[in-house]
Amino acid sequence: MRYLPLSADDRAEMLDAIGAASVEDLFCDIPADVRASGVFDLPDHQGEMAVEQAFSALAQKSLSPACAPTFLGAGAYRHHIPAAVDALIQRGEFLTSYTPYQPEISQGTLQALFEFQTQVCLLTGMEVANASMYDAATACAEAALMAARVTRRKAVLISGGVHPHYIDVIRTQLAFTGIACDRLAPDPLGIEDLLGRVSPDLACVVVQTPGFFGGLSDFSALAAQCHANGVLLVVAVAEPVSLGALKPPGEMGADIVVVDGSSLGMPLSFGGPGVGLFAVREKYVRNMPGRLVGQTVDVDGRRGWVLTLSTREQHIRREKATSNICTNSGLCALAFSIHVALLGDTGLAKLAEVNHAAAVALSRKLAAVKGVKIVGPAFFNEFAVMLPKPAAEVVEALAAKGILGGVPVSRFYPSFPELENLMLVAATETNSDADMDALVAALKEVLQ
Amino acid sequence: MIEGQVFPSVPAGTVTGNRGLVVEEPLLFEQGSVAGSGVDLPEPRDVPDGLGGFRRTTPIGLPGLSEPQVVRHYTRLSQKNYSIDAGFYPLGSCTMKYNPRLNEKLARLSGLGDLHPFQPISTVQGALEMMHSLAVWLMELTGMAGVAMSPAAGAHGELCGIMAIRAAQEAKGNPRKIILVPESAHGTNPASASLCGYSVVAIPATSEGRVDIAALKEKLSDEVAGIMLTNPNTCGLFERDVREIADLVHAAGAFFYMDGANFNALIGRVKVADLGVDAMHINLHKTFSTPHGGGGPGAGPTVLSPALVAFAPLPFVRKTKDAFELVETRAQAGEAAHPFGRMKGFHGQFGVMLRALAYAMSLGKDGLRQTSGDAVLNANYLLARLKDVLTAPFDGPCMHEALFDDGFLKDTGVTTLDFAKALIDEGYHPMTMYFPLVVHGALLMEPTESESKQTLDVFIDTVRGLAAKALAGDADFFHAAPRLTPRRRLDETLAARKPVLRWRPDVAD
Repeated sequence: MRYLPLSADDRAEMLDAIGAASVEDLFCDIPADVRASGVFDLPDHQGEMAVEQAFSALAQKSLSPACAPTFLGAGAYRHHIPAAVDALIQRGEFLTSYTPYQPEISQGTLQALFEFQTQVCLLTGMEVANASMYDAATACAEAALMAARVTRRKAVLISGGVHPHYIDVIRTQLAFTGIACDRLAPDPLGIEDLLGRVSPDLACVVVQTPGFFGGLSDFSALAAQCHANGVLLVVAVAEPVSLGALKPPGEMGADIVVVDGSSLGMPLSFGGPGVGLFAVREKYVRNMPGRLVGQTVDVDGRRGWVLTLSTREQHIRREKATSNICTNSGLCALAFSIHVALLGDTGLAKLAEVNHAAAVALSRKLAAVKGVKIVGPAFFNEFAVMLPKPAAEVVEALAAKGILGGVPVSRFYPSFPELENLMLVAATETNSDADMDALVAALKEVLQ
Repeated sequence: MIEGQVFPSVPAGTVTGNRGLVVEEPLLFEQGSVAGSGVDLPEPRDVPDGLGGFRRTTPIGLPGLSEPQVVRHYTRLSQKNYSIDAGFYPLGSCTMKYNPRLNEKLARLSGLGDLHPFQPISTVQGALEMMHSLAVWLMELTGMAGVAMSPAAGAHGELCGIMAIRAAQEAKGNPRKIILVPESAHGTNPASASLCGYSVVAIPATSEGRVDIAALKEKLSDEVAGIMLTNPNTCGLFERDVREIADLVHAAGAFFYMDGANFNALIGRVKVADLGVDAMHINLHKTFSTPHGGGGPGAGPTVLSPALVAFAPLPFVRKTKDAFELVETRAQAGEAAHPFGRMKGFHGQFGVMLRALAYAMSLGKDGLRQTSGDAVLNANYLLARLKDVLTAPFDGPCMHEALFDDGFLKDTGVTTLDFAKALIDEGYHPMTMYFPLVVHGALLMEPTESESKQTLDVFIDTVRGLAAKALAGDADFFHAAPRLTPRRRLDETLAARKPVLRWRPDVAD
């Protein structure tokens, strides 16, 4: 078996050195009657070629976005990834290293994460960022827990413009903590009244821009209202490319910013693994969850990096830790960071313009289709359209024509009949004019 | 020996501070100008601007670098990292095994790696089949009734398991108040229990390094919701009384969570369902060979007993007569299911699951059984050949990892940390240090099945040589280690006292 170096002779010699008669004897502490020898209903080992063939067969059972005009968003956006990103993250020194607990032999990962933290601060307009979280949804939950720690309050308010998965994960994670969670109804028009609901009982208000339905918001007034009531403002961003063009949440007065980083550097991979970016105001750093890399010097006085402020973490604080998190999403953070490094200031700004212009162009084409109405206010690269019939049916009919045309909102909100005909449509730099025309033509046929 | 006499002192040797292949590398932000970019993009379409007042008015502040500059930067950084590809990583409780490259290739296949999470279900049948196949492997290998696939890491799987336990207790009418955790447990165990609103009560270990049954009996009550038990435990020992523990816990109306961090010792040997387990997470990034990536991403699917399976979180894959469904909402889940909620955005760590399935299929049931056999054999070989020079606190055999304490360093002036740092100069990643907390100055070594006898023999000779050096009174040698690394010991106190957590123009060198 190709992954196992020991030979039969090795095993015999080693057993001899140990003084055991057989490998089975080494398992003597396991009660004999439960040692299940050979009772697994599973196949035996296979060569590399056979496994590869099995996966190729699986791949052919799905419709790859590479083979179909694709306009899917709802929190996951298809972007072109420069070839250098994947080549670099596949270097074994990055791919196969552990969490950098031994800083003398982990300066590569540590410096890269320090740069990542800096990039996240610059993109979000915040002061401090951690070394990443599992994803944006779990990072939102961590933000709510952090706000409760900081304010010592037991209530959280979530906007109806937040991604429903983020909302569900926040609610799940708070369910058993005694922190009340009030979420507003889904808000495709961006008309909910958050300002009027801010009260001194709240630990935080959680909002998102661009919102789940695509709409843009400036939360400056909300931030002021929150701060007047001692409430933290948590701003989520599902599409980091938007930060190349939009006013960053830090400038709006956000206290905690959470970003889904997976648009940059990572393949869609059916939604995971991704990476959650997490940035806060400096005064809250000791209440922050997750790993942090800090700069220091070695015994020769040379600049270097270490994991720091670990007294917040579970391996030191156990049940009093700020979070139970141990692993972060290191390799995804690295991929994000390399993509951002390649883009630079001008590249990211331009990528954002290309995305926005693609979405504007698509919205104009779709608005001309009979029965289709663009819903809501200003958007970045995604918007909602109201269709004359249920969006789930339309999406299936488009897929049958080889087009991944949009995401039906009913997939998230099956019990809201008023959202049944609503479809989210995204456009990125990957969409050609021909793609858009194909969608328009197919939609006309489907809606006839 | 005086520092610098035998080994060249660094950075004094060269004009640049560079040392041959190890090149000093400034931060990204200390290179390039704002104007450049390493990506050539198409021009935006000529359409009216829709962003208006939402526009950014300040530059981001990122440097602009060309592609070759970026590639060189990260290549140089990579050369400052230790990795399992490059050397032996006997890091106890972390299972640093070889990461097969086939799995990386398969994760990038078009039709798998590029699927969007919200494509119509009819267009992602292969992806759902993949998730279902891995679920079947995990259920069969553990004998459990179901598996929650979405947890993103081991600690996340613990949280999933304890949430399922809490939901099940609530369904019985009383969530209860306490989770029992042995004092040798990973820190994530008490932290996870606490996140579910439970207070944590520690159970002491016996002098044999196992759970003290008498103490457990004393702590069990009708306020105990469950126990979290790592097995094999963090001392590398199998809890021989596991079934008695399970029976006691169940008799008290509580559930048995087994921390599966050390499942590599059991795979293909025992079905944990036969041990009375109600929930257990499996670290795919340990037992199933997916790369650690410098700290994630991982995945922690959590297998569940019949008593807990109805409470599994959304989403999950359901196989029907001729297709696979993805159950994403309570409405879809049906009346028999009572999902406690959702743990993660989208559908879990799909790319990690895919690599794990490729690993399982490559090894098969025979190879997985050989894996645990070789992992346990390697650990016992280390124990047998080192216990005369290091001090082993507990009698063998051990399971997949060998535990030593710092008794052998007594009166040498050398600590466990010093000893570990000297190993770095010898070309090894250190073992886990100072964990578990139940022995003094712990050194926990997990060789995994990936290492050859030759690698272990050279390592054993190295450890024996260093132990002899320590006993010979050469403490200065250890205090000065490591000497040959890109950086030597770093000032962690300074880092924590005056945190510098990001680059700013005014704090750069």
